[in-house]
Amino acid sequence: MASNLRPLSPHLQVYRTMYTMALSILHRATGVALSGSLLLLAAWLLALASGAPCYGWVAALLGSPLGLLVLAGVLAAFWYHFCTGIRHLVFDTGHCLEKRQARLSARVVIVAVVILTGASLLALLHRGGYV
Amino acid sequence: MSSKSPLGRALGLGLVDGTHHWWLQRVTAVALALLGPWFAISLLLQPDLGYVHAHAWLASPVNAVLMLLLVPALVYHSWLGVVVVIEDYVPAKSKKITALLVVQFLHLLIGAAALFGVLKVALGSAA
Repeated sequence: MASNLRPLSPHLQVYRTMYTMALSILHRATGVALSGSLLLLAAWLLALASGAPCYGWVAALLGSPLGLLVLAGVLAAFWYHFCTGIRHLVFDTGHCLEKRQARLSARVVIVAVVILTGASLLALLHRGGYV
Repeated sequence: MSSKSPLGRALGLGLVDGTHHWWLQRVTAVALALLGPWFAISLLLQPDLGYVHAHAWLASPVNAVLMLLLVPALVYHSWLGVVVVIEDYVPAKSKKITALLVVQFLHLLIGAAALFGVLKVALGSAA
């Protein structure tokens, strides 16, 4: 049997757009972005193991305006994925699945992400960058 | 072959064992919910991340051990997540398998590089 004859689940477009839906889609998007940022983590650790000249090169890249922008994005994506991830873990236990509760937890998540990301960016800038 | 039920024919045809991966995704999620903030906050609170200070940070036993837990948890969680995304969005079977192979080898490469970095710094300074 051809694989394209298999039954399909209702597609995204049959649902009314809700911010809870955007929240869930962004969880996946930030997850993929964070996967990409693993390259940065590995580069940083390898540079640290390779000695001061190599580390200086990587640190300069990360400390450049573009590097800081990327780091800020990674921090925002991390705190977002962290908060929505905890929300999904609660869902997995079967709790807070009612529509009203899900919308409330979505708002709590948004506030928490703004606070955590804001505090992280302040810490990043307060140090005057990366190095 | 015709004696098999539809379920019997379908079982084992998936690219991965779903239940096992679903569970491991949650196990690594809980680990990362603890280790992730530790890593981010710990580095953000360092007054200086120049070579000497960053090297000392990673060489300290507590930080090194936590990094040895963080790196595999991150790599495995990311691996499982990206595999699910590819399975959902890449329709053609040949492209799907190619994408899965590339992504999985990349994760192994990143994991090996990151672990090597941690071990070299941590063990190098102990000697």
